[in-house]
Amino acid sequence: MRNIFLFIRRYFTFLAFLAFQAAALYFLFNYNRFHRARGLGWANEITGRINSNYKSVDDFFHLKAENQRVHRMNDSLLNLLPANFMKLDTSTQLVRDTLPYDTLGNYRRYIWRNARVVYNTVNQQKNYIQLNRGHEQGIRDDMAVINSDGCAVGVVVNTSPNFSQVMSLLHVQSKRSVAMKRSGNNGTIEWDGKNPLYLTLKNIPKSDSVVKGDTVVTSINSSFPAGFMVGTVAEIVDDKSTNFYVLRLKTAANFFNLQQVHVIENLQFEEQTKLLEETKKRIDNENRNSP
Amino acid sequence: MSELVRNIIRFILFILAQVYLLNQLHLHQYIIPYIYYLFILWLPFSVSRLGLLLIGFLTGLTLDYFSMQVGVHAAACTLIAYLRPFVINILAPKDSSEFNYREPSPRAMGWTPYLVYVLILTVFHHFYMTFLQWLQFGSFMDFLIKVVSTTGISMLLVITVELLFPRKMKFRTNTA
Repeated sequence: MRNIFLFIRRYFTFLAFLAFQAAALYFLFNYNRFHRARGLGWANEITGRINSNYKSVDDFFHLKAENQRVHRMNDSLLNLLPANFMKLDTSTQLVRDTLPYDTLGNYRRYIWRNARVVYNTVNQQKNYIQLNRGHEQGIRDDMAVINSDGCAVGVVVNTSPNFSQVMSLLHVQSKRSVAMKRSGNNGTIEWDGKNPLYLTLKNIPKSDSVVKGDTVVTSINSSFPAGFMVGTVAEIVDDKSTNFYVLRLKTAANFFNLQQVHVIENLQFEEQTKLLEETKKRIDNENRNSP
Repeated sequence: MSELVRNIIRFILFILAQVYLLNQLHLHQYIIPYIYYLFILWLPFSVSRLGLLLIGFLTGLTLDYFSMQVGVHAAACTLIAYLRPFVINILAPKDSSEFNYREPSPRAMGWTPYLVYVLILTVFHHFYMTFLQWLQFGSFMDFLIKVVSTTGISMLLVITVELLFPRKMKFRTNTA
């Protein structure tokens, strides 16, 4: 017993070193599996506050470019106002609760919320974006994030009361479903962790006639609403071993100067994921029951 | 200014410089400049080994929470905080039993031993950090190139900082 105490006293620093290493590695690898870090919730509140103070100074230097973008976006939205159109038949009018329906009786599927980027990097392999809206403002995990140009930026992965963290498309573990605008073929975009100007698009079949400059948009299979720009095809790599293209995409969003973004909530997301899980369960059960 | 206050200010400045200046730079995919770990290298000789470990871990963790990848920097910082006393012992001037200055600096150790000290710990820091990142993603060549290039740019930064901000250090005497 005495020897054990002597041993501990003698190698106390080394044991402390091992303990700290274990703690750090536990944080690191635990995060990967569950998409969450220990204590990232409360640390997010603190770093978020410091970051937003810094950002309010930094924003000043990008006001002009951001203004132009916002103006452009406003312009395109103003064109969609119902006041721009005239109805031929005005004698009948159907009055309904306006919240879940629009004037044509369509269900509302997406709610847009604006948010400001308080911290963003592009030089890491895993880039995250921090926003100044959290779960108290209605942000939840898996919501899509689109910048003020209307280009896909990332997906929310973690929230604290007043701030949230977004996994940028420039993240080596990010895999999002997208579609070719021309043919509607679905593929997956990834990032190779190298150049922040380019993404990699996989799983587009060779039957699709892709040409350089083709537009790639978000697809309905993801948490993004369909049809928002992701990028344009910059290079076509003809992989002889498979029936699929590997395409290099030029990103549509400029990740270097993100400032204002929209966070998009899919109101049917829960229903969709529930259906998907139930289907999976049912198929699994049938497979198990059949010999 | 007391030792403690000076080191707290240093800590804040190093973290801010790393988070808002160097992490925002995009030079090249392989070249990510790091300077914040110099805080650990600049700690006074008088800090105990256990204290070094604790400070190293907390420094790394602070940066981790800012860059939102928890664990990578904390592990690397703990490693260099653990190795620091051994490296100093190897490079200590043999003729004097004690250091005459309070903390490692080119004036306290001489330029060559100081740069060797910084180089060894920089290599350990970047090697371990890049290794942990490589475990999760990347090819082996990328890993090697990244260690070398990141070490290069960090050494350049350290030398620049040493030349730009020479620390005026009081000679430690018996009377003081």
